[in-house]
Amino acid sequence: MMEPMRQGPAGRPSSVAGGREPTNLGDILERVLDRGLIVAGDIRVNLLDIELLTIKLRLVIASVDTAKEMGIDWWEHDPWLSGGDRHLVEENRRLRERVAELEDGHPSRRSIEGTVEYADEEPPRRPRAGPAGERERRGGEREERRRHGR
Amino acid sequence: MAADAGTYLYAVAHGAGAAPPEELTGVAGAPVRAITRAGLAAYVSTVPLDEFGEEPLRRSMEDLDWLDRTARAHHHVVEEVARRTVTVPVRLVTVYSGDDQVRALLDERHDDFTQALARVAGRREWGVKVYAGSGERADPGTKDDGRDEGTSASSPGMAYLKRRQASLRGREEAMRRAWERAERVHDVLRSIAVASRRHRVQDPQLSGRAEGMVLNGAYLVEDDRSQEFARVLEELRAQGGEIELTGPWAPYSFAMLDDPVDHGGAA
Repeated sequence: MMEPMRQGPAGRPSSVAGGREPTNLGDILERVLDRGLIVAGDIRVNLLDIELLTIKLRLVIASVDTAKEMGIDWWEHDPWLSGGDRHLVEENRRLRERVAELEDGHPSRRSIEGTVEYADEEPPRRPRAGPAGERERRGGEREERRRHGR
Repeated sequence: MAADAGTYLYAVAHGAGAAPPEELTGVAGAPVRAITRAGLAAYVSTVPLDEFGEEPLRRSMEDLDWLDRTARAHHHVVEEVARRTVTVPVRLVTVYSGDDQVRALLDERHDDFTQALARVAGRREWGVKVYAGSGERADPGTKDDGRDEGTSASSPGMAYLKRRQASLRGREEAMRRAWERAERVHDVLRSIAVASRRHRVQDPQLSGRAEGMVLNGAYLVEDDRSQEFARVLEELRAQGGEIELTGPWAPYSFAMLDDPVDHGGAA
């Protein structure tokens, strides 16, 4: 709705013709690494090896503190992810399944918060196509965790 | 050229008026110069191979500080050149063993470059990102209505999980609305643009925003329609949601030798 006051690439340009400058590292990296003409140089650096994914991961690693500040800290609180107390794990598993049954009549419909996961899909996950595949995928994760949990 | 130096290529443009702005420096702080050939100009600088050779690069690319510096320097050169003339940006760390190899490149790929330049002439790239707005994150409709008192009272864990379920549903609904808005925004904008591309949406750590990004679009817009583009964007913004506009950019997203971009919309 309102444009928030923030630093970074945001914002309506003050004048359409002029206003540049604002660019943050993410926007620049995306362009210089992932776009732009590819012509074979003499020095071979396979950007496909390194590409945005790796860099993204490194950014994520480098900025865990930032993520916490932004409230993306679910991995610390989810016992399944932080490898917490086994009793709690087991209780939560039962409760989640119970909740799922109660609310949806659909035992597999559960998920953990996926704040960080949204952005990782290409093409962008669509609302209609998404949930089925997501449920499947997360169902698989649950199986995986269940095995580890026991 | 010395054996321990290479030629780093930033961008290709038409040959006329090729001289780069004075004191323009590129990666590693080296001055930028133009190599002209066959009516084309390649903007380059000399780089030390102990930093830009194959092995050093492999390590450097994993070094975020180095990458930050180098990416910004590369981008700066591209932008400076693009401000003055029709420009095709080249991808980061394209390095040749010398100027002769760059001349050979301009010879060999002359037609391709000319075609790529024609595609972006008189046009600029705009970046538009749409986020799930903060207003969409909480859905008042999914408040716990307490209808399940028996079970929810049975344990704090259950109550917690119910709240969590509710908030997840709210979030799903919010995301669904956000995706729909992304479609709408993209359709409207591409109808003004000459070409458009939808890029991978950025991870929150990359975008620096906690809200999920639902559109990361690039739009190649005729210069004389950029006011219109901005105005329409304002109208879309007024309809709600977080929309971020960046640009104008050098045509990074449309610098290519083949042409697989989406030409939908504009005739």
